[in-house]
Amino acid sequence: MAITCRTEDRSLYAAIEGELDHHRAREILAELDRQLDLELPRRLTLDLGGVSFMDSSGIAVLLRAYHRMNGLGGRLRVIHVPQQADRVLRAAGLDRLMELE
Amino acid sequence: MKPINEAMVSFLSRSANEGFARTAAASFAAQLDPTLDEVNDIRTAVSEAVTNCIVHAYPDSLGLVTLRLRLYGDNTLEIQVKDKGVGIPDVEQARQPMYTTGGADRSGMGFTIMESFMDKLRVRSTPGRGTVVTMRRRIARRAGAAG
Ligand SMILES: Nc1ncnc2c1ncn2[C@@H]1O[C@H](COP(=O)(O)OP(=O)(O)O)[C@@H](O)[C@H]1O
Ligand SMILES: [Mg+2]
Repeated sequence: MAITCRTEDRSLYAAIEGELDHHRAREILAELDRQLDLELPRRLTLDLGGVSFMDSSGIAVLLRAYHRMNGLGGRLRVIHVPQQADRVLRAAGLDRLMELE
Repeated sequence: MKPINEAMVSFLSRSANEGFARTAAASFAAQLDPTLDEVNDIRTAVSEAVTNCIVHAYPDSLGLVTLRLRLYGDNTLEIQVKDKGVGIPDVEQARQPMYTTGGADRSGMGFTIMESFMDKLRVRSTPGRGTVVTMRRRIARRAGAAG
């Protein structure tokens, strides 16, 4: 699985690994949605530390996470953003929408 | 200007080939002695163009995608991605940030990323016949690198 989740105290932590392209994004989106429906967390932390490549398919994943957490009245944190993913996210202006750590 | 090197590869529009196309382009670009950032920009732009063929050009079928890589004497890399799919009715509109005809798993930022990571982006499309995306990126010659 390209995404590993654990929940503690209504905080969902999700670590994504490998290449976040269109080929892998569907599986990641589905699992993230499933976890959000299951846990209804107040906080979501997306850990991108293990992402070796990301394109605009990853932007769709982050936007989905952002909108779903807004819907739940909760907060999203994106951490350990690798350099290549950071360039992609900034080119799309996502740094103006969410904090990239 | 004539290219000093050229490589071409065609593959089926299966999503597993997205990674293959990125790697093929990065390997070809290696002869320019690019920095890691430059290679990553190339991989990202190729991924966007090839994914578009797989997702949009052939929505309900498998078709051929052709990746052509050219190297010019001024250290410019030209990447061309071609499909014979459905085509784009309004290219200017398609190139707008956040414009997508895809579902919730698309962001509409593919062309925006190709544009910002490459020096030049040209899109030619004929509805019903297909699309050709041509991108160019000049790789800086590094001090001490052999010509
Ligand atoms: N090769 C192609 N064939 C047909 N339509 C395309 C192609 N490439 C792009 N498009 C169209 O342009 C739109 C924008 O593309 P893009 O910026 O990559 O965003 P996204 O792929 O997320 O939709 C697509 O939604 C699609 O309508
Ligand atoms: Mg796209």
